[in-house]
Amino acid sequence: MTVETLVDTNSWPAKLRRVRALVRKETYQVLRDPSSIAMGVVLPLILILLFGYGLSLDVKNVPLAVVIDESSDEAIELLASLQLSRYFQPQITRSMVLAQQLLLEQKVDGIVRIPSDFVRQLNAGHADLQLIVEGGDANRARIIQGYVQGAVGAWSARRAAQGQSAEITPVILQTRMWFNEANESAYFLVPGLIVLVMTLIGALLTAMVMAREWERGTLEALLVTPVRSDEILIGKTLPYFLLGMIGLAVCVLAAKFLFHVPLRGSLLVLLGASMLYMLVALGIGLLISSWVKNQLVASQLTMLATFMPAFMLSGFMFDLRSMPAAVRLITYVLPARYYVALLQSVFLAGNVWSVIVPNTLVLAAMAILLAISSRAVMRKRLN
Amino acid sequence: MLDSILRILALTRKELLSVLKDPRTRMSLLVPPLMQALIFGYAATYDLNHVPYAVLDQDRSAASHQLLAGLDGSGIFERIADLHRVGDLATYIDDRRALLVVQIEPDFERHLLSGTSADMQVIADGRNSNTAGTAMGYVNSIVEQFNTDWRSTHGLAAAPLGIISRAWYNPNLETRWNMIPGLIGTLTLIQTMMLAAMSVAREREQGTFDQLLVTPFRPYEIMAGKALPAMAVGTIQATGVLLVAQLWFRIPFAGSYLTLYVGLMLFLLAAIGIGLLVSSVAATMQQALLYSMLFIIPFSLLSGMTTPLRNMPPAVQYFTAINPLRYAIDITRRVYLEGASLYLLRSDLWPLALIAALTLAAAAWMFSHRMQ
Repeated sequence: MTVETLVDTNSWPAKLRRVRALVRKETYQVLRDPSSIAMGVVLPLILILLFGYGLSLDVKNVPLAVVIDESSDEAIELLASLQLSRYFQPQITRSMVLAQQLLLEQKVDGIVRIPSDFVRQLNAGHADLQLIVEGGDANRARIIQGYVQGAVGAWSARRAAQGQSAEITPVILQTRMWFNEANESAYFLVPGLIVLVMTLIGALLTAMVMAREWERGTLEALLVTPVRSDEILIGKTLPYFLLGMIGLAVCVLAAKFLFHVPLRGSLLVLLGASMLYMLVALGIGLLISSWVKNQLVASQLTMLATFMPAFMLSGFMFDLRSMPAAVRLITYVLPARYYVALLQSVFLAGNVWSVIVPNTLVLAAMAILLAISSRAVMRKRLN
Repeated sequence: MLDSILRILALTRKELLSVLKDPRTRMSLLVPPLMQALIFGYAATYDLNHVPYAVLDQDRSAASHQLLAGLDGSGIFERIADLHRVGDLATYIDDRRALLVVQIEPDFERHLLSGTSADMQVIADGRNSNTAGTAMGYVNSIVEQFNTDWRSTHGLAAAPLGIISRAWYNPNLETRWNMIPGLIGTLTLIQTMMLAAMSVAREREQGTFDQLLVTPFRPYEIMAGKALPAMAVGTIQATGVLLVAQLWFRIPFAGSYLTLYVGLMLFLLAAIGIGLLVSSVAATMQQALLYSMLFIIPFSLLSGMTTPLRNMPPAVQYFTAINPLRYAIDITRRVYLEGASLYLLRSDLWPLALIAALTLAAAAWMFSHRMQ
């Protein structure tokens, strides 16, 4: 090593050496603190396992009380068609009062009542069936209503086929759900979970780490060394970036091999989009921490500004198009929205460039903007 | 006894001061829950009110127009394109311009008039299969309506079997009614648990915990002094969210406030107990934060707010037994919407009391254990 390279602190080799030293120091710190390892490896694994198995909107085996006021062949047939459906677990209940008690205690999700003059009405041309569902979980209630409708439709069709009724259904609706023919909710929930995991590792971990440095004043101590602020930024974030990529690998492997979510697009696109999103998340964490400089506030703000919106406002669970305009405007600022769109498309639909290109461009723009502003904030705060 | 209470109050006061003296912290405790209640109150719904769809009407007849008018007139479906080629269909779904594509085949009306069934095809973007399923359900009810009308105007026999459907507690099946009461617990959990988790860890990191030890405080007094401020913050936040639900979203409150607050107090005690236990284990603030995250995140996702508990496999359901938020959401929903009594809620209340008792006792033991 010559004297010139030591003096010339702006030369590239010198820069690289300093960044490498910082990265090494930071990596040691990550490896020695069990809590960061917990965040980078254990948390993604727990999250993807718990949520992959735990979160599901599929409605199956619905306990249903069936009240038959007067037994008849028709009523038994109807009960059989409910029993045949894989969606229901019907149980015959003696009286309506008992059935209502079961519903109140949440032992059943709905009551089907076959009234006493059912056969007479049916012979007269039209009979009505009573269905009571518990509206507390409205989404589930609506799905149950649809399934009962379907089971009754199947019963009507069977009767028509046997010539017992002259019924013709004018328009028959045929539905197909593209990208998810079997209607498995895991197909859209698991890619959404990857967004949550990446958000947590990227933003939360960085925000806490940097806020601690500010709190302890260790960043100022770096000032007396020849290290520049942008080198500090790179040195501090690179290990967490890598931690995030490990988390991503854990999640994608689990999605593919545990939950059998198809990856129809290219792995390269998935990786590229995830790296961009990781940069954005890191940037948010850096900005928040250098703004508040307090671990408690920084972590709470990061939770509130990144995790909760990624859960509620990203299109992961709730449809963005149905939100009021003011709320929809907020979602445009959230990076998670673009990453959710990317992941759902890349996993389920394939390489749809008309979705991939615009969303990637927005994420890239956000990453650049955040990099520039965290550099500026860091400089200002340090000087 | 009186001395003990006075000491606890002094510690509570000191704790509240140290949390509230910083204006940023003060803001961060009060503003976010209210803002989130407002924003998420609008966002967290499975109901759809805007479904863009494209049509490939190959029949272009009076009957097909009548059917499509049913969709357009619903106020939910917005027709964004009239397609002319089958090949266009895929692109509208692929690039997410349309959630649904409706296809009506050339001899649609001819079939209907000749007294046989005609088909209507709907293709949905299944990238979010729940949204797609809901939208298809809406289409289904519009088609049902069309069928009823067609039967009566064309002298066909009515459908042999109808269903009269009623939903208890939530007659219009609005998911917002279900979500917003759930937010009362969800939005308070994060910050109360974090406050509790940080309380002791902060003292330890700043070295002031040793100073506390030379004071006449007993371990349980220290613990109570740490728990009370977090309780106060949690109660205020929960009340704020409750007010938003009632005054802003105008969701009728069916139950008794006493029942609700008994449930909320137990919930907050349980959450704080877990937080304090984490705090007593953690060596630094960073560890306290990370470990509490390891609880908060699964708690808030596996609470039954967005996806039903019953859908979870048994192993995960066992895990949710230690989740205070799970019970809190059940309590707030049932008190709020159904007016449930304390007796009906007993299966939620005793687990909360048990969690609170166990975690608080364990935390107190940890404090005294670490002191010696």
